Amino acid sequence: MIAETGHYALILALGVAIVQMVLPVIGTRLRDPQLTAIAVPAAQLEFVLIAIAFFALMTAYVTSDFSVLNVWQNSAAAKPMLYKISGVWGNHEGSMILWVLILALFGAAVATFGTNLPRQLQANVLAVQGSIAVAFLLFIVITSNPFIRIDPAPFDGQGMNPVLQDPALAFHPPFLYAGYVGFSMAFSFAVAALIDGRIDAAWARWVRPWTLAAWMCLTLGISMGSWWAYYELGWGGFWFWDPVENASFMPWLAGTALLHSALVMEKRDALKVWTILLAIITFSLSLMGTFLVRSGVLTSVHAFAVDPARGVFILAIMGVFIGGSLALFAWRAPLLSQGGLFAPISREGSLVLNNLLLTVACAAVFVGTLYPLGLEALTGDKISVGPPFFNLTFGPLIVALLIVAPFGPLLAWKRGDLLAAAQRLMAAAIVALLVMVLVLAFTQKGPWLAPLGVGLGVWLILGAVTDIASRVKLFEAAAGEAWRRARNLPRAAYGGALAHAGLGLVVIGIVATTAWRAERIEALAPGQTIDIAGYQLLFGGVEPRQGPNYRARVGMFKVTRNGSPVTELAPSKREFTVEKNTTTESAIHVSWRGDLYVVLGDQLKNGAYSVRVYFNPLVRLIWLGGLVMFFGGGVSLSDRRLRVGAPKRARAKTVVKAEAVPAEK
Amino acid sequence: MTPRSLVRTWIFSLAVVLSVASPAFAVQPDEMLKDPALEARARALSEGLRCLVCQNQSIDDSDAPLAKDLRILVRERLKAGDSDKQIIDFIVARYGEFVLLKPRFEPHTWILWFATPLVLLAALAGIIYGYRRRESTAQAPKPLTAGEKRRLKHLVGEG
Repeated sequence: MIAETGHYALILALGVAIVQMVLPVIGTRLRDPQLTAIAVPAAQLEFVLIAIAFFALMTAYVTSDFSVLNVWQNSAAAKPMLYKISGVWGNHEGSMILWVLILALFGAAVATFGTNLPRQLQANVLAVQGSIAVAFLLFIVITSNPFIRIDPAPFDGQGMNPVLQDPALAFHPPFLYAGYVGFSMAFSFAVAALIDGRIDAAWARWVRPWTLAAWMCLTLGISMGSWWAYYELGWGGFWFWDPVENASFMPWLAGTALLHSALVMEKRDALKVWTILLAIITFSLSLMGTFLVRSGVLTSVHAFAVDPARGVFILAIMGVFIGGSLALFAWRAPLLSQGGLFAPISREGSLVLNNLLLTVACAAVFVGTLYPLGLEALTGDKISVGPPFFNLTFGPLIVALLIVAPFGPLLAWKRGDLLAAAQRLMAAAIVALLVMVLVLAFTQKGPWLAPLGVGLGVWLILGAVTDIASRVKLFEAAAGEAWRRARNLPRAAYGGALAHAGLGLVVIGIVATTAWRAERIEALAPGQTIDIAGYQLLFGGVEPRQGPNYRARVGMFKVTRNGSPVTELAPSKREFTVEKNTTTESAIHVSWRGDLYVVLGDQLKNGAYSVRVYFNPLVRLIWLGGLVMFFGGGVSLSDRRLRVGAPKRARAKTVVKAEAVPAEK
Repeated sequence: MTPRSLVRTWIFSLAVVLSVASPAFAVQPDEMLKDPALEARARALSEGLRCLVCQNQSIDDSDAPLAKDLRILVRERLKAGDSDKQIIDFIVARYGEFVLLKPRFEPHTWILWFATPLVLLAALAGIIYGYRRRESTAQAPKPLTAGEKRRLKHLVGEG
């Protein structure tokens, strides 16, 4: 019954989405306020209906209702509750429901909180959102229905891939999707502006918070995915340039560029056409990410050709939305007026450079990800494009970006003074150089580029500090004056500086752990020790243990450092009974110097166990930096100018004035 | 790192020991070569070779049986005294170019390798062209006329 309710709600939501897509556009054309106003309740109702469908599916998972095919395929009665819930989106059908749920949530938010938007813009935005919902609801109902029943109901489910039974991966998809789908807001605003043929700085102000929120979610989602890969894959890698990762990284790169170009548009009314195009590109890349991951084209081009129903459907969705929006862009963009002029050396100029490097870097990832697929489809030749390709193409662009990043915020709008900016950054540059020299002096081994990388990270962090210091006139003005300025500085300025500093942390973490990781691979018998990075690990043997839905063999390690005990580590092998699958688990000891990472292998013929131990220096900075970037986005989002309520109060005042005018007539 | 950020890192990592699932377990102790120089070469070669049955994983990182076979094969060729290039050629002849994580620079990969620099050049040209065009179409502020100058002097109180 509950599953049928969900199914019914899903189909109703499709009907409501069609109404939301069609009527408001007709309303704005006919200048009929009542038709236009339908957009708001339609978007809200659509959200309610999809939420009913989502929770119906979740109920089926939580109560282990194996008469629902999707639950039977992806769950089991003995699975812990967290993974029963995350199992809802741990499979294709459920994840698409989550996708449309987040889409509807964003739409309902614009309907409910966007009361300060011009009616026509709001209606058009919601209509575009409605059209995306129609496409994906059709996709779910036709090709990916999660509410199909089986009769008779089996006694137990087939379980979930043990690799996915993990806390970080439970929350990874919701954040990733919130990012993907969040960029649909920027897309809808861009298309609505093109339909209107009108765009101004206020448009950028409305788009920025949505883009920022989407960017934050995507940043966190990618960080979680990388963190999971780090402990999950058992050798401490954190990024693999895998097509699935690239699929989420491309929208992130384009979205980061969009954040920066929207800044120019909001402040200086320039780069309008480009910002609109970038909004379209960013969401197109999100759609492509969904296509790559959901169509099965990545596992093999042939698998895709054998069962093409889903892939072709998403491909059609992509064709309609990307092709349609680009055609609309080509037709309407020339109508948009060009705004503020600026000199090449200026804040705007630096943001153009930022956009250039980010979009070309995105293009490098795009080519590296899609070229092997295209080549195989066209000629049948199979090639691999791995990390070496991306290091050679993506790497130099990003290094260039990191070098110039601290200059941008120190340049004035319209016409900047590069020399003055350089002088302000002198201290940061000197410290970064000193760090480079020190690192070079204290590390005997490792690639010679590594100290440069660490210096680059320090440069970014100190550049961010310099930015804030020069804005509050620290050391220039009296302490009281600096304090007053620091309090009055907009939160967006702090947010931007935090995000740049977070990026610096990520860079240091990546460089340090790539260049200076230590590794020991040995066959250990109980009682033997292994030495790494100043730690001694005493192997105490292996003992069996029983988990909720698995059996484990746990290796016991006593870790000491210079004779004093540090911790005990227990890496293990888990055997999942329902799924008939084995996983190897790492054990990690975290310290400020880095991670001690132990993996237990198989028993060898002579009774010893093969053991792998790594020391990954400063690796935590990668995810700490990701968190700082996320936090920086949040601080920027809380800026008064972007707050939903703030413009409303200002508007209330103007309304009073506006009413006063006719009274005088 | 400053002491404060150290504290923060500590707090951040209070969940000191994580134990989580992982399927992969790559190079085994019994595979490794006695000669550290040869073993280092083997590791470097392995990092550039793809595990054919995995997704974008090198044979150095993969625990698939096929990856193990390839690792042993690389080490056997090394012990036989082959150069790095000979070994790569040998494996490509056997398994195809798919095994290389860094695609070779050949006619069928020209587009792949040239795409990024070309996009960069095109984008740069586009920006320069757009900027030039805007400069020429935008009206530069005209110099003040003699009358305006007089009026300005008067306004700032020098006249």
